Amino acid sequence: MTEAARKRGDMTASRAGDGTLVVRLSGAWTLATGLPPLADVERELAASPPPQRIAFDLGEIGEWDSGLMSFVTRVGDLAAGRKIPVDQNTLPEGLRRLLALASRVPGQKDVRHVEPQASWVGRVGVVTLAAWADLFEMLEFIGEITLAFGRLVRGHARFRARDFWLLVQQAGADALPIVTLISFLVGTIFAFVGAVQLERFGATIYVADLVGIAVVREMGAVMTAIVMAGRTGAAYAAQLGTMKVTQEIDALTTMGFSPLDFLVLPRLLALCLMMPLLCLYADALGVLGGSLIGIGMLKLPPITYFNQTFNAVSLTDLGGGVLKASVYGVLVAVSGCLRGLQSGSSSSAVGDAATSAVVTGIVAIIVACGIFSVSFYILGI
Amino acid sequence: MTGRPNDANDAKDQGPHITVEDLTIAYGDFVIMRDLSFTVRHGDVFVIMGASGSGKSTLLRNMIGLNEPTKGDVTYDGESFTHADEATRQKILQRFGVMYQGGALFSSMTLAENVGLPLGEYTTLSDAEIREVAAMKLALVGLKGFEDFFPSEISGGMWKRAGIARAMALDPDILFFDEPSAGLDPISARQLDELMLELRAILGTTIVVVTHELPSIFAIATNSVFLDIETKTIIARGSPKEMLESKDTDPKVRRFLTRGEDEGKAEDAHG
Repeated sequence: MTEAARKRGDMTASRAGDGTLVVRLSGAWTLATGLPPLADVERELAASPPPQRIAFDLGEIGEWDSGLMSFVTRVGDLAAGRKIPVDQNTLPEGLRRLLALASRVPGQKDVRHVEPQASWVGRVGVVTLAAWADLFEMLEFIGEITLAFGRLVRGHARFRARDFWLLVQQAGADALPIVTLISFLVGTIFAFVGAVQLERFGATIYVADLVGIAVVREMGAVMTAIVMAGRTGAAYAAQLGTMKVTQEIDALTTMGFSPLDFLVLPRLLALCLMMPLLCLYADALGVLGGSLIGIGMLKLPPITYFNQTFNAVSLTDLGGGVLKASVYGVLVAVSGCLRGLQSGSSSSAVGDAATSAVVTGIVAIIVACGIFSVSFYILGI
Repeated sequence: MTGRPNDANDAKDQGPHITVEDLTIAYGDFVIMRDLSFTVRHGDVFVIMGASGSGKSTLLRNMIGLNEPTKGDVTYDGESFTHADEATRQKILQRFGVMYQGGALFSSMTLAENVGLPLGEYTTLSDAEIREVAAMKLALVGLKGFEDFFPSEISGGMWKRAGIARAMALDPDILFFDEPSAGLDPISARQLDELMLELRAILGTTIVVVTHELPSIFAIATNSVFLDIETKTIIARGSPKEMLESKDTDPKVRRFLTRGEDEGKAEDAHG
């Protein structure tokens, strides 16, 4: 191969005497070396008078692949737009056959995928309607779960005990490491922020109250719930979404099993049972995290710190936190399972379902948290 | 387990096994298939064929109750399935088994557990008996010794076989197959066809297959319908071999049955 043939492709467009536009190509015309711009040809085509026909001169061309084909096609399209005939006889045999193959089935204009361009108002409307429909689906799902729960209580619901215990392990013991880390750090951070402020008043002992009440009443449950939404809620959505893709849910249905009983109930129960336990564990770890600052940094005697904590936190606080955790558990499981069952039948749909499960779960947790705060305040708890 | 379906078969020989009456399937305003009517006789190997995207699988989903048709009815031995109450529906569901395209095995269960799942639910067998029956069903489809394997540990062809074993768990008198040979090499596909025919011969099971694989269609079908994309309904019915021989067959069906290779000849014959 000559040096010229190996260098990047080059093109000149010039007029021959009879009004023919001759496009001369030289060098390598490959996708790897890159293709020169079409500007020269465009200029010549636009010039007045327009050329009668276009011909190619490939005398000095080196290597070529579908890069050349794409160039010739583009020239052809430009020429077709101006109704100028293109002489393909000088093109290599292989290229001519490729071009013939590509033009065998004419492009169909009406099959082109067109996204309707909605106006801003239109888009707001579409989103609102979708949200409205989603709300109804959610309510319907909650209704169905309630019915399934009724069947469970009457002993008619059917799922495998082994599946249930496995789910309990996954939602319980397997979550301990991440819950340990998060709640311990949250306790530490609370204590640290509080300590800096309380030290100015010489009231460092109240760090114990601050951490104890905050963790036991709110943060233990909320942090555990958010961890579980990201960890278990997403897993539920991905599991059920994948089962939908592989038609396992269809198979269950045609075997006469209700997917709700068989898949959703055990997940819901597992989370609903494990969340209070995880919450108690998180409470303890949070207080322990706070004590690290109280005892280590503020030099409070351990017995004083823990006594102060126990005096500040009432059993009602603890019960309230655990109750919240149980409710958050239901919310996380419901959003995970709902999004999983709503999932479409592709890999990206399963990803969307998992994302949506976490978002829905966290939103539900925060809304429920607000409702709890207001009602506890009204009830004087 | 042999015997029973045969006896049942003899007793019911007169009436059609499955009837699809005037079925119209639509998503909202978008009609997928309209005015579908056909009957499947006892012991038929009934093939639902048509080009990709012609709604074959959708029709199957409507027949087995995964989707609700917009209009029409599907009956099993004269009993309406589409408009049945929950108890009747459950009863009919136990009379057929479905093998899904990818097998649809439950990935968290071993093969024996997969096959045993419906047995545990609908029979009073002990765990040990369920396992024995499951092992026997797996042996029937050539998976003896694979009872404790998880679906992730076996090959694609074995998935389908295990799917058949599970579909047969309750000795159904109808087996549905959704694209059984999709993704199989030619030999495995043929073996699967033979397995279907053997099961039918031994158990008298009625078989409904959705497929577009020509070798399978000619090898197994005793009766069939052809779904057309353009007219959105059935444009040919009967045995595929007869369709090919008959001069009255719609050219679209002929094209399909000859892979389009016969186009020139068909035009000569009809032109």
